[in-house]
Amino acid sequence: MILLWLIVIPLIAGVLAWFAGRWSALAARWISLIAASVDFVLGLILWSRYGSELHLAPTHGWVEQVSWIWVPQFGIRFHLALDGLSLLLLMLTFLLGIISVLASWREIQDGVGFFHLNLMWILAGIVGVFLAVDLFLFYFAWELMLVPMYFLIAVWGHENRIYAAIKFFIFTQLSGLLMLIAILSLYFIHHHLTGVYTFEYDDLLGTHLSPHTALLLMLGFFVAFAVKLPMFPFHTWLPDAHTEAPTAGSIILAGLLLKTGAYGMLRFVLPLFPDAARQFAPIAMILAVIGIIYGALLAFGQTDLKRLVAYTSVSHLGFVLLGIFAWNTWALDGALMGMIAHGISTGALFMIVGQLQERTHTREMDRLSGLWATIPRMSGAALFFAMGSMGLPGLGDFIGEFLVLLGTYEAHLIGLTIVAALGVLASTLYALRFIQRAFHGANSNQWSVQDLVPREVVALIPMIVVLIWLGVYPQPIFNTFNSTLTKLQQYTVRPVQNSQGPSIMSLLPLRGDRP
Amino acid sequence: MNVTDLFTLLPLLILGGAAIVVMIVVAIHRSHILTLTLTLIGLALAFASLWWIAPEAPRQVTSLLVIDRYAIFYTGLVIAATFAVALLCYGYFERHPGNPEELYILLLLAALGSAVLVASSHFISFFLGLEILSVSLYAMNAYIRAWSLPLEAGIKYLILAASSAAFLLFGMALVYAELGTMDFAKIRELVTASPDLNRAVLLAGTALIITGFGFKLALVPFHLWTPDIYEGAPAPVTAFVATVSKGAMFALLLRYFYWSGTHHFGAVFLVFTIIAIASMIAGNILAMLQTNVKRILAYSSIAHMGYVLVAFQAGGQLAVQAVTFYLVAYFITIIGAFGVITMISDGDRDADSIEDYRGLFWRRPALAAVFTAMLLSLAGIPVTAGFVGKFYVISAGASSAIWLLVFVLIVTSVFGLYYYLRILVALYSGLAHEEAHAASGAAMVSSSSLAPALSISGGVVLAVLTILLVWVGVYPATLLNIIHSTVGLL
Repeated sequence: MILLWLIVIPLIAGVLAWFAGRWSALAARWISLIAASVDFVLGLILWSRYGSELHLAPTHGWVEQVSWIWVPQFGIRFHLALDGLSLLLLMLTFLLGIISVLASWREIQDGVGFFHLNLMWILAGIVGVFLAVDLFLFYFAWELMLVPMYFLIAVWGHENRIYAAIKFFIFTQLSGLLMLIAILSLYFIHHHLTGVYTFEYDDLLGTHLSPHTALLLMLGFFVAFAVKLPMFPFHTWLPDAHTEAPTAGSIILAGLLLKTGAYGMLRFVLPLFPDAARQFAPIAMILAVIGIIYGALLAFGQTDLKRLVAYTSVSHLGFVLLGIFAWNTWALDGALMGMIAHGISTGALFMIVGQLQERTHTREMDRLSGLWATIPRMSGAALFFAMGSMGLPGLGDFIGEFLVLLGTYEAHLIGLTIVAALGVLASTLYALRFIQRAFHGANSNQWSVQDLVPREVVALIPMIVVLIWLGVYPQPIFNTFNSTLTKLQQYTVRPVQNSQGPSIMSLLPLRGDRP
Repeated sequence: MNVTDLFTLLPLLILGGAAIVVMIVVAIHRSHILTLTLTLIGLALAFASLWWIAPEAPRQVTSLLVIDRYAIFYTGLVIAATFAVALLCYGYFERHPGNPEELYILLLLAALGSAVLVASSHFISFFLGLEILSVSLYAMNAYIRAWSLPLEAGIKYLILAASSAAFLLFGMALVYAELGTMDFAKIRELVTASPDLNRAVLLAGTALIITGFGFKLALVPFHLWTPDIYEGAPAPVTAFVATVSKGAMFALLLRYFYWSGTHHFGAVFLVFTIIAIASMIAGNILAMLQTNVKRILAYSSIAHMGYVLVAFQAGGQLAVQAVTFYLVAYFITIIGAFGVITMISDGDRDADSIEDYRGLFWRRPALAAVFTAMLLSLAGIPVTAGFVGKFYVISAGASSAIWLLVFVLIVTSVFGLYYYLRILVALYSGLAHEEAHAASGAAMVSSSSLAPALSISGGVVLAVLTILLVWVGVYPATLLNIIHSTVGLL
């Protein structure tokens, strides 16, 4: 039942905030903040309850479930289930939910109630995506989170918001419909083979498909997730949407919505179609590496700060995709860590850029220089998260990228590993350029603005703490992911054959007590 | 014809009787509210009588009409939709000078015609039902004589509907000349029994019949009347044309082509495939070019009929249920959407420009929220009935592996998003921080801005429709059960 509450609380809070917002903007903000915090606490309770169980090898996989008949005529069930992967992403969701409420505290002054309705409903939709194990329910939640996101961009966004919002909606909707066809085909094929109409993830796993069909269906799913991820060349909606969205929208887009794409790859594409995915892996990995380099180079070329951060997402999520398709333990651990660390560091960067824009009314790097003198605390925070983004050892992103590279190398994809490693180098370029151009140098424009206020400090400190924690002691994350990882690997033959030769990993303490 | 036969025709008799009663009462005493009340009572009685006659179903009443569960379900749908439209009409015509009472007579007659259509199993009843419906619609379209657009709409509809009826009649005549019967079921027997019939004449007849259907359903290339009628007719009348008239026609399309077995002809299947693809593409693309909300909905209705044809093409039980489900969702959505248009129109003109909707959310949040729900349903977004409808249609298509149609549906429905989103953008624009940008434009608009007095009856209708929309969207099992146990038996 607790899983249901995780969805229902933000839904109800959204409606309450809407009504409250008509009388008091502050009430709407507090209602949303409390709802996100309650969900966060519920998540912590789940984590402490199942943490040790998730660490052990899985017995059945799900540690907590809700399953009701929904539409019996079609065999649709309202089935939510939790495992380590969903738990970790839920924690990220709730944390960023709290942060985005705080980030919009002063930025959003019009239509506050409706803004928080949308914000809370996006969170509910994302929680639904991470928990749904009935494919119909998954698609339902997948589509549902689009609408409030669309409103967030279209109503509270910046200059070019309508174009960006419509582009975002159309890209994701089209790819989502392709996934719907794939889901339905799988459903009918499964019925044809077994005589049972079901959308259950566990039942559909291992449906016997001809190689040709499997490839087509896999592509249906893959495109939907690749657009969300976003994978080169489907990334073009992302810079627009991220740039035009209000701060909270950018945080949620980068921190969470992109993760639903990676989650879908992990949860659905590879387990449901292992053979087809293995066949397709080289293409996916090459595109991932192109995305890494391309995103980093484009980020280097931007002068708009939000666009810069947006393109870094293309690069970082390229690592995640690479890790997922390398499909060995290191690569998968790395992909997961990359998802979480990217969510936090990019979310924080968007928040800082949003705060800068709130104060200076510009996002142009050329107009911002020498800010360090006037806002040292914010500049320091920006430096910290930029370092995180460029993969400085000791911060979470480094662990993710390092493990992905290691896993890719292990899979005998040395060429790809080398090119991807160049992406890490390129990330140094954009991160340093970002800091130098915006914060260093002479304060030629005579900026004199307010430094971080306590509310903003409260929002940034947890992210700093978590990012350091992920960087120096990531083992709890890997432990929680352990059972899911074992389960995922049982479903599949590894898409890329892994050698069993001696490995440098055995020398590193990172693995902890993992087999 | 015996007493039981008459008894099973009770819904039709009540509808016809109600029209006569209303007519006499209007002649004696003109009162809008009294007329509305009588109309609603008539409709409610007709609806209630469906339960009395249900045990008798299925029953062939003469060779013209068949009262089976399929007919009962669709008659119920027609009556319920007419009920909602009547309530919307009250608020709308209350604001207009002139006599609104006769409209309700026409409304009842149009409902009667639709009910005959869904129950007909014979060319004669097909044609009679169609004409009762069409003739009422001519007058309803042109009901506001003081405005030029409704008159234009009425004349256009008259000419085009009359000529399409001529095509239809000629088609029926050809089929009759070839087979010697006008009964749908007998056509099937003859077609299957003697495959050496002269197919050319039969096909030509069928093609002309398709023309008749195509006109009423506004399928490409018979769609040219649609945008003008939608734009010109008074908003609640447009709601009626868009739902009851098309829904009844589609119900008949299913019955005719499945019963007569002509759907299995390769050529007929091909023609429907082409029509469906053309409708989806043309409807969606042309809608993108419009700036008038009623015209957008007109073109989108062309596309939606194309989607329903995809399910029709799938064939079999799943198709009948998918079509029916989609139509129910479409009825709820379109009456809701035109309900909102009705509500914010005033005595001077209909609210049909996108400008009329700019910032509606910040002025009238409830109305804008209802309109949002309806538009999202048309776009097929979850939590609305339209989503389940689209899901059902796509699954019907996928189960029959008609991939071409399914892919066209998906790609064109994404185009469709664009224009629904454009209206949505307008609804939510105009926050304080953009007022500065829009100030110059606003001054221009304010000269013609609408000042509607919101009607209670319309508000109730919209509230009920929204609840239904969300209920069907979130928990479709109830409606699926009803559809399964009724139209499943076609």
